[in-house]
Amino acid sequence: MAMEAAVIEKLIREGIPDATVEIADLRGDGDHYAALVTSAAFKGKSRVQQHQMVYAALQGRMGGELHALALTTAVPEGA
Amino acid sequence: MVDQNVKDRIEQDIKGNDVVLYMKGTPVFPQCGFSAAVVQVLSTVGVKFKGINILEDPGLRQGLKDYSNWPTFPQLYVKGELVGGCDIVREMYESGELQSLLADKGVATGANA
Repeated sequence: MAMEAAVIEKLIREGIPDATVEIADLRGDGDHYAALVTSAAFKGKSRVQQHQMVYAALQGRMGGELHALALTTAVPEGA
Repeated sequence: MVDQNVKDRIEQDIKGNDVVLYMKGTPVFPQCGFSAAVVQVLSTVGVKFKGINILEDPGLRQGLKDYSNWPTFPQLYVKGELVGGCDIVREMYESGELQSLLADKGVATGANA
């Protein structure tokens, strides 16, 4: 099972509308991605909560269809 | 909903031990790169921790995902609270936040562990 980078990006954007998403396919197998998600909605939230927001946007695919997503979250400057 | 028995076991583990790592495999034989990475960080920081192999306990594996609303493993808990998975633990280690979290929570590290 694998997922397209564009699908991951689309889901994250739908779940976190103001997010900017940068995705790298780590192994070219559609199963190991790294993503940097930046959103003002993360402001004041712990890292765990920020990551949970991204996982929620992925609607349960994290850990199943999507085996590995090396995730980094950030709040935009001045947010 | 988390099965009550599983929930009790989780709470017993994470409240009965300062640092608990739910992982794939064991600290000596991790069976996943992400789990191995966190074991590496914890041993570098020099903190004692209880490693629990979720591969041997499917009920616990699913229970933890629901209990903490966290879909993957490893999962690191300090003083009963989810710190995060491999990404967060590594990020916190590199920034020194993991070391200060442990110190703030009164968990011994390094030589005095």
